[in-house]
Amino acid sequence: MSISHAPPDSHGPDISGISEFADPKSSDPKSSETASTDHALPELEPIVPASTRRTRVPRWLRRTSGPVLLLALWQVLSSTGVLTADVLASPGTIARVAGDLVSDGSLTNAMGVSLQRVAVGLLLGTVVGTGLALVSGLFRIGEDLVDASVQMLRTVPFVGLIPLFIIWFGIGEAPKVAIITLGVSFPLYLNVYAGIRGVDSQLIEAGESLGLSRWGLVRHVVLPGALPGAMTGLRYSLGIAWLALVFAEQINADAGIGFLMVQARDFLRTDVIVVCLIVYAFLGLLADFIVRSLERLLLQWRPTFTGR
Amino acid sequence: MATDVHRPVTTEKVTTAPAAPAPSSVVRVEGLTRSFDGRAVIDNLQLDVKPGEFVALLGRSGCGKSTLLRILAGLDRDIQGTVLVPRRKAVAFQAPRLMPWKKVWRNVLLGLPGKPERAVAEQALTEVGLTDRADAWPKTLSGGEAQRASLARALVREPDLLLLDEPFGALDALTRIKAQRLVGELWQRRGCAVLLVTHDVEEAVLLADRVLVMDDGVIAYETEVELDRPRDITDPRFAELRAGLLERLGVDTAAEAA
Repeated sequence: MSISHAPPDSHGPDISGISEFADPKSSDPKSSETASTDHALPELEPIVPASTRRTRVPRWLRRTSGPVLLLALWQVLSSTGVLTADVLASPGTIARVAGDLVSDGSLTNAMGVSLQRVAVGLLLGTVVGTGLALVSGLFRIGEDLVDASVQMLRTVPFVGLIPLFIIWFGIGEAPKVAIITLGVSFPLYLNVYAGIRGVDSQLIEAGESLGLSRWGLVRHVVLPGALPGAMTGLRYSLGIAWLALVFAEQINADAGIGFLMVQARDFLRTDVIVVCLIVYAFLGLLADFIVRSLERLLLQWRPTFTGR
Repeated sequence: MATDVHRPVTTEKVTTAPAAPAPSSVVRVEGLTRSFDGRAVIDNLQLDVKPGEFVALLGRSGCGKSTLLRILAGLDRDIQGTVLVPRRKAVAFQAPRLMPWKKVWRNVLLGLPGKPERAVAEQALTEVGLTDRADAWPKTLSGGEAQRASLARALVREPDLLLLDEPFGALDALTRIKAQRLVGELWQRRGCAVLLVTHDVEEAVLLADRVLVMDDGVIAYETEVELDRPRDITDPRFAELRAGLLERLGVDTAAEAA
């Protein structure tokens, strides 16, 4: 009996065992499904293209809105009487005066004289500053002779030399041009000198290995390498040239923008003074624009970040 | 002075080339010593390179191999001993050292005597596969392109001796393989002697006729590579040479093989 019963008995648990095993197997995918839903997918966020994120207002408009607001504030203060005409004339008045000065030719005349002074001073200063920088940058003996003296002289505020220059050069054009020349020379000297000494020695070596002569090295390696420094120097120099011009023209001038300003001061004409200041500012901007264009032309090889 | 040194060597060849005393070596270095602050980096070194021979110079960093190359290039003259090199020699450095302010074709012509035509540069650039980049600024070149431009600048001088100072060191693996192949081809076409300074043993065995190992300021070991070109790096003889050189350089090859 036991034998006859044995197989179903032994089968019983076997089958149930299988079915029991089968159950968890059949539930396995379910459990893995629940596991995957537990491992929730990360929330995705779109990377917005830069062009759509930018604001719609164009850059030039954003940049001009500041000065325009300032100008509007000035006009409001003038017309409400907070700013009286003998403190600061209103923008409207200044525009009218500027028109008058241009139409009677006095402003253009003065600008011509001033520009000429700056041009001559800048030219002489460039020659002197660059020349000295070449001497001390290219030759060790030149460095020993020139550099110490220049470094010493550059600590003297050049404006302080005006009285001495008047004694030396009189009251004509010479002291004015001289003061501009002096002011312009130092930043050019310093930057060209640093530019020459900053040229990559590996490039010099490469030039040597290519068989360049000493002059060839200077012309093809050292001078182009010093050009970025020279351009920086030129920009500083231009700023200083205008500054020197203002100082020089306010002493014993009988023509030029500075003379116009001194005259206006004597008659309490703040409108004319402001017109002259604006002219100085625009001439400065123009000079900066010229140097920038020059840089863009001459330094296009430079692998630098130019902004986005 | 050059003829003095070469004369004893060339006397044997007088019968074959009596007019032009063809020197049997394009580089001759005898008893070369170069010290930095009293420490001899190169110490009584001897070296001969035959015309048209491709020599690779291996060595650990700081062993003086780059110093030797700079001396042969004439860039380092604080030396003692005899160094004879051809007048027409050219160098390609690890960094391409192109003048950034000159367009590629002007870089190639830089330093050539007279006023060479642009076509001369273009021909050299074609040889290295850079024809279309002649008018580019160096800043726009990729690393491999810049290195090829540098190679063109060296080749346009038609050198009798080409000195390469780890020219592939800064290139990525794929570009390096292409550049190595290019150098091999150019050398076979030009037939100039090449001295390649490298720390890549495989590169040395792949390209060179003779591999030198520099250690302690002298050529400590040298071996001829007599495998047929183009060489197959899977060739067992190649592996054997490579293993031997690595061992010379102090790298345990048994550990590497495991």
